[in-house]
Amino acid sequence: MLPEFPWLSLVIWLPIIGGLAVIANGDKNAELSKRIALGVAVAAFAVSLPLWFMFDASTAAMQFVERADWIPAIKVEYSLGVDGISMPLILLTTFITIFVIIAGWDVVTYRPSYYMGAFLIMEGIMVGVFSALDAILFYFFWEAMLIPMFLIIGVWGGPNRVYATIKFFLYTFFGSVFMLIALIYMYFQADSFSILDFHALPLGMTAQVLIFIAFLLAFAVKVPMFPVHTWLPDAHVEAPTGGSVILAAIMLKIGGYGFLRFSLPITPDASAELDGLIIALSLIAVVYIGLVALVQQDMKKLIAYSSIAHMGFVTLGFFVVFAIVRHTGSADGAVMGIEGGMVQMISHGFISGALFLCVGVLYDRMHTRQIADYGGVINTMPWFGAFVVFFAMANAGLPGTSGFVGEFMVILATFRADFWYALLAATTLILAAAFTLWMVKRVIFGPVGNEQVAALKDLNRREALNLGVLAVATLAIGIWPKPLVDVMEPSIVHLVEQVQVSKLATAGVHVDAGAAVAAELVQMTPAD
Amino acid sequence: MQSIYLLIVLAPLVGAIVAGFFGGRIGRVNAHRVTIAGVGLSAVLSLAVLVGFMWLDLQSFNGTVYTWMVADGMHFEIGFLVDRLTALMMATVTFVSLMVHIYTIGYMADDEHNWPHESLAGRNSYQRFFAYISLFTFSMLMLVMSNNFMQLFFGWEAVGLVSYLLIGFWSTRESAIFANLKAFLVNRVGDFGFILGIAAIGMYFGSMDYAEVFAKAPELAETQIAVFGGVSLMTLICILLFIGAMGKSAQVPLHVWLPDSMEGPTPISALIHAATMVTAGIFMVARMSPLFELSTTALSFVLLVGAITAFFMGLIGLVQNDIKRVVAYSTLSQLGYMTAALGASAYAAGIFHLMTHAFFKALLFLAAGSVIIAMHHDQDIRNMGGLRKYMRITWITALIGSLALIAFPGFSGFFSKDAIIEAVGDSHVFGSGIAWLLLTVGAFVTALYSFRMYYLVFHGKPRMDEHTRHHLHETPWVVTVPLIALAIPSIFIGWFTVEPLLVNNWLGDAIYVKPEHDSLHHLAEHWHGQLAFIAHGMTALPFWLAMAGLALATFVWFFLHQKNPDIDARLQRAAGPLTRLLDNKYGFDDFNQKVFAGGGRGLGQLLWQAGDRALIDGAVVNGSARMVGYVAGVMRHLQTGYLYHYAIAMIVGLVALLTLFVAL
Repeated sequence: MLPEFPWLSLVIWLPIIGGLAVIANGDKNAELSKRIALGVAVAAFAVSLPLWFMFDASTAAMQFVERADWIPAIKVEYSLGVDGISMPLILLTTFITIFVIIAGWDVVTYRPSYYMGAFLIMEGIMVGVFSALDAILFYFFWEAMLIPMFLIIGVWGGPNRVYATIKFFLYTFFGSVFMLIALIYMYFQADSFSILDFHALPLGMTAQVLIFIAFLLAFAVKVPMFPVHTWLPDAHVEAPTGGSVILAAIMLKIGGYGFLRFSLPITPDASAELDGLIIALSLIAVVYIGLVALVQQDMKKLIAYSSIAHMGFVTLGFFVVFAIVRHTGSADGAVMGIEGGMVQMISHGFISGALFLCVGVLYDRMHTRQIADYGGVINTMPWFGAFVVFFAMANAGLPGTSGFVGEFMVILATFRADFWYALLAATTLILAAAFTLWMVKRVIFGPVGNEQVAALKDLNRREALNLGVLAVATLAIGIWPKPLVDVMEPSIVHLVEQVQVSKLATAGVHVDAGAAVAAELVQMTPAD
Repeated sequence: MQSIYLLIVLAPLVGAIVAGFFGGRIGRVNAHRVTIAGVGLSAVLSLAVLVGFMWLDLQSFNGTVYTWMVADGMHFEIGFLVDRLTALMMATVTFVSLMVHIYTIGYMADDEHNWPHESLAGRNSYQRFFAYISLFTFSMLMLVMSNNFMQLFFGWEAVGLVSYLLIGFWSTRESAIFANLKAFLVNRVGDFGFILGIAAIGMYFGSMDYAEVFAKAPELAETQIAVFGGVSLMTLICILLFIGAMGKSAQVPLHVWLPDSMEGPTPISALIHAATMVTAGIFMVARMSPLFELSTTALSFVLLVGAITAFFMGLIGLVQNDIKRVVAYSTLSQLGYMTAALGASAYAAGIFHLMTHAFFKALLFLAAGSVIIAMHHDQDIRNMGGLRKYMRITWITALIGSLALIAFPGFSGFFSKDAIIEAVGDSHVFGSGIAWLLLTVGAFVTALYSFRMYYLVFHGKPRMDEHTRHHLHETPWVVTVPLIALAIPSIFIGWFTVEPLLVNNWLGDAIYVKPEHDSLHHLAEHWHGQLAFIAHGMTALPFWLAMAGLALATFVWFFLHQKNPDIDARLQRAAGPLTRLLDNKYGFDDFNQKVFAGGGRGLGQLLWQAGDRALIDGAVVNGSARMVGYVAGVMRHLQTGYLYHYAIAMIVGLVALLTLFVAL
């Protein structure tokens, strides 16, 4: 229809400008601010829909491309575009933000317009991260994301929010500094900041390993992967409900997205060399974190740990490709692993978002997140109980819900790589069911725990709408994942082809300087 | 045909949705009407399909309903495979389900009394119960009608979900929500194996579709893979799949959830935990016969697990005093018989017993439920006695169910169980000798516990309190009609189906048996009609052992009990250590509770406290923060405030940097 229409810019800047407008309107007329915020969120979702409906699912090429000079002196461009990997994540972002706005409607009383504004700005920035095709633009959005989230936790957070925000900020900032160095290094090699140029850039092994590690530090913190995960439970516990939802549903996905957009295509040889590390960390996430989740006393911490375990499946699916090729001699199944990881990311967005909303529903009423303070909630909140059981089952990967699809695909793919990997991964069937349903048993079922529980009121219309729509989304993907997977397929097939082509053969010829610098860098690192 | 099959599956789902979401609005009567209409439609159509296969030469159907997903070139589809095996399962499932739906009208009529007065979860619990059992019927049909492994797993887990919801139906009872969590987790242990089996199939067969997998299986029969130091691919796949069956069909050691599942309302004990869901594992193995036939190791494993379950779980039934638990252990034991039949490659006999058992065990459970209603929800058989005078229909139907269960000649259970024991005797896989012995002696145990319960409940002097006795009366027609409707097939179904199923190979292509494994050929070759089969059975050891059990039970709990009402307790005391062993259920529960539940929590606690909090957060994260603080404290001394100190530092730094640049 209008392929040259700047849809992506619209999806990025509409919520940012809308968010600023909401903040400008201020709290004097908070009701109006909220309405504007909701209107903006819905509009942003509406303008993101063409990305889905006008998307050409037969090609791996970037679509909805926009290019403009930004800082010509160092060839930084304002360059946007999406493929089958980023487009679904953008829709997830615009979709989830609506529920965050609705969920905050009544319960945020302290400066509500700033709260809503922060989330809208956050939304635009996250869409920017997913659509940036220029490394500096990406980095700009990547770091910008920290500011609203820092404020959201710092201003609307719980009693220990200062520790949590600083931990969150330092952890993620620590990771991203190395990424910036890697990006600048590649700029000097490629004479461009275009991410697609980086994909084509030949690199020697040492350079690849260093770049891989730099990216790993940035992305592993975001995902988060063991052992750099401990900021997440603290951040969740202190964050307001909306913050937790955005954190779990979308921000974590940016780490996963980074692996697909940067690590795998830019450093395929290093990825192939170091995939054992990622697989090991992923399996630790599934087993170790699953066990840790079991003993959590705080519902938000429990779901936070559950997120880490589920994200372990994502990274496992992404990096199992090389082990498959080594074991079977063919890449059959590799596409399924990465697609499984992607589906898991989308699904986890719905499910963890919904679970955090559920905790928010309880917290708003009783101001505690301790499992021990509840019991028998279903006696006073039967509809809410039904939703919790549904999302808990989805979290445990029940077939028919989206939670099953990604796990199933990743297990199928992992089995091709190694029986033992698959065996460890499949323990999630037991562990996820154990930690989720044990919580449900203690919180939802049983006799009424105390007088406060006895006085609880069931979901109001707004909460029911939120959870209901997320439940429908969870079911829809569980019952018919085909449209989602079809959209991704060409891009992921292309990615798997990319990672199988070594960059080493051409590296020596083209870029001697790169190898030299890499060699020096190696001498400076104590690891070597 | 596809639209008819679709209708069979979806009618109960629609009923479940209407009763589940709009139960409060449409009221109780409309809720049970709509669900019964849905399941009734399913049952009628399923019977029609079965009739079609029996007499109208209906052809097997294998087709896709929709494509669920295409990933990496692999097609995942939702579709139906309806052959004779499926048709038999469909008819059994929907018929028992329909009976249970009708029965539930009576059983759950006063369900509000089971909830605390103020509990909102107790509102509309009647409608919700109907929604759940209809949802179960949908899930079970999806499972048995599937034509691929993915959908099989969907149905597999969906019936598990409904089972979870129904065991914990009375969610204010601690014992119920303990039992449902336990059931789900133990089943998940089975599913853990199951999904790995499916993943193995995905890898080596490149397809989820039954037909494609079975067609390719012989090619891969000799494939070895390098796991566990080299193992045959088929053995690995079959044992992994069978671990799933062990969970769902409650085979030792994954049986521990089934007795506890009796916390659920009795109608679902009959439907889910006796007649249908727990037989999903049996059905699955029979469906996978083209794979299992390729691994004698797996068959042997199946056979031994089944025989062990059959014998040792039956023994526990002897010491139970809760009427439902006696029947539950009997279910475990009978599932063991079915499993053993599969291991002996007598798939048809296993399916045959599955069907007869579905009728007589559903009957026994519903009769137990009828007794429980009359006893005002007291389930302890020590408080019963003499009920035959008060509840004639329940008494007679329970007697019929018990006779079928102990394989009394002519009753349906006789044909199926006798065939299993004979087949195991004719089997040559490793362990068939010991399995045969366990199953044969099991016949004695079965008769003993069945008639212990029967006599304690229906005969002797009434032992309940005066108030309860005063109110004793037969239950309403919605309860007794299903009892009668199930009693009829419990008597006759074996007589009419033994010949086609076991002799004429009615199941046909649905099941594959290697000629050298065929343990039913002996029976088929010497077939001279039902009467001859009965006569032959009456000369064999299992029959005499069963009669001995019946006689002993009659002597102890009918005759001795009249003089010594506490004979049961005295016997148990006399048996001392044996009773304790059985009371503790061989220690499985304690072991699981301590090692797996306790161990899991302990390990989680350890990893969290030592790993996350002490090591990562304590030492590394906060440690580096402290380190920064410490270094900053040291560095602060460098800031002396004297300008010349800074000037010197700058000059030194500049020189150093310049040297570095020049050197490069």
